Amino acid sequence: MIQRVANAALLLIAVLVLNFTMMHLAPGDIADTISQSMGGADATVMQQIRAEYGLDQPFLFQLKTYITKVLHFDLGYSYFYNQPVTTLILEKLPATLLLVISAQLLALVLGILMGVYAARNRNGFFSFLVTLFALLGYSAPVFWTGILLLIAFSLKIQWFPVAGMVDVTISGGFFTRALDIAHHLFLPMITLASIFIALYSRLCRASVMEVLGTDYVRTAKAKGLPERSVVYKHALRNALAPVVTLAGLQFSAVVSGAVLVETVFSWPGLGSLALQSIIARDTPTILGILFFSALVVIVGNLLTDIVLRMLDPRIASKG
Amino acid sequence: MTTESPSPIKARHPAADAIAMFFKNIPAVVALIVLTAIILAGIFGPIFYAADPYDMVWAPFSPPGEEGFIFGTDYLGRDLFAGILHGARVSLLVGLSAAAMTVFIGVTIGALAGFFQGWVEEVLMRITEFFQVLPTLLFSMVIVALFGASLPVITLAIGLVSWPAVARITRAEFLSIRQLEYVTASRASGMKPFGLMFSIILPNAAPPIIVQTALMVGSAILFEAGLSFLGLTDPNVVSWGQIIGSNRPYILDAGYTVTLPGVAIFITVLCLSLIGDGLNDALNPKLRQR
Repeated sequence: MIQRVANAALLLIAVLVLNFTMMHLAPGDIADTISQSMGGADATVMQQIRAEYGLDQPFLFQLKTYITKVLHFDLGYSYFYNQPVTTLILEKLPATLLLVISAQLLALVLGILMGVYAARNRNGFFSFLVTLFALLGYSAPVFWTGILLLIAFSLKIQWFPVAGMVDVTISGGFFTRALDIAHHLFLPMITLASIFIALYSRLCRASVMEVLGTDYVRTAKAKGLPERSVVYKHALRNALAPVVTLAGLQFSAVVSGAVLVETVFSWPGLGSLALQSIIARDTPTILGILFFSALVVIVGNLLTDIVLRMLDPRIASKG
Repeated sequence: MTTESPSPIKARHPAADAIAMFFKNIPAVVALIVLTAIILAGIFGPIFYAADPYDMVWAPFSPPGEEGFIFGTDYLGRDLFAGILHGARVSLLVGLSAAAMTVFIGVTIGALAGFFQGWVEEVLMRITEFFQVLPTLLFSMVIVALFGASLPVITLAIGLVSWPAVARITRAEFLSIRQLEYVTASRASGMKPFGLMFSIILPNAAPPIIVQTALMVGSAILFEAGLSFLGLTDPNVVSWGQIIGSNRPYILDAGYTVTLPGVAIFITVLCLSLIGDGLNDALNPKLRQR
């Protein structure tokens, strides 16, 4: 496990190196951005700005400075928002985390339930429906699904709010506010989860079917255990391992999907911030978001590892 | 000498078997026909239906079917049908070339890692892991933002972020195939490593890679649609995602302007998934019992 954490730290540093290299390779630098916002500057002023930000130093030296700064939680300064990038990101991170985690959990729970049911009734109509739903969920662009749900359930039938995360006109205690956020969260969460419910239910169906054919399940059945207990206590634990592994691999896709879903529902998270800062050509913020989202994925992968170890202690002994 | 063998057992090429199997899968065949129609529409449609998708031809938000516009007009009064026809070209072109790039990078890295093992594998798999940690869409958004929104950059961005899945599959295949006897035999007969890799192992590792390629085209199309929906696309070309993105503010007045291009993406990707499933069944007969 310690090795996994060390590996994760190494990955993060690699992300930083990549970030910095891209910033370096991209046409234009901070001096250009600043001079643009000043309405143009002559060569001497440009030189001054470059010296001030250390842009005249050698590449590796600049890289070292950048990494040291990030390790002190300093991701630079956004000239567009006039705020440190870290502050900007930490402000938006909770909204994205809420969306990503709730969608991932919903997709896992529903995907597993549907998969198990479909595997137990493998030739039934529901099993067919799960396969069909998996295909449809995978093929529909997530932003389109979001817009269709938005048209149906916010504009035509006005059950859910059209945009945002909180209703500023609602005041009240913690419970009222939580309920309001949940009300706003519902459609974005369903939209984002729809892709992954499809993936997980399909894999879970295959995996449970495979486990149900093994000898130890036959033994459990033969000693007279009720069907439910065989499926949920004996088979599911082993069948879940591939599903959890897949869910871990999907973390980066969930974060990616969140960008689109946030845009559709005007959810005030990192995705919306990323898009705005790309339009504004605010490079420090963009790269800061890339770093933080990689951090979210890495932490998600570590959590997946822990869950896998709990499901199957053999993994832990293998190292 | 004629080689007419009297043997009653006909030995068929395995590919012929696979093709026969594929054509027994009705959904996959239907998908193949529909996809071919979409591709033909993308190639020849704009020639026969000469309307310019950027031309303002009629009042905005004319509903589908009225005034001779099959799919109606968008928020600027542009012909939506022309937009979708022209969009097919871009979406398919970017999808196919990005998938080709994905497969090229993925197969190369996976093959090298699986064949040479040792430190080569260690280094390449670390790189793969690294690319899997970066959220794909965000990473490609950053590339497009920094290096400009043109079709080549977009294709490159999609290819650069999607290859890890292909690399993993290829590596796994190479790891298991390289231990088989026919590989040892070829090695013993003095074959060079690259000959072994590409003329002996790769053809035998091809089936899962082919299946993955079909799925990759689909996901590249979805990817391009996502990017252009966000507005990160060449402003001078129409694509399906871009139509949805630019018409999004008007969904209350004219839902069809986002619904129809979405249906186009959906059907195309669905066809590719079905074809992928069909190929999977045809190429991995072992899995058919599932």
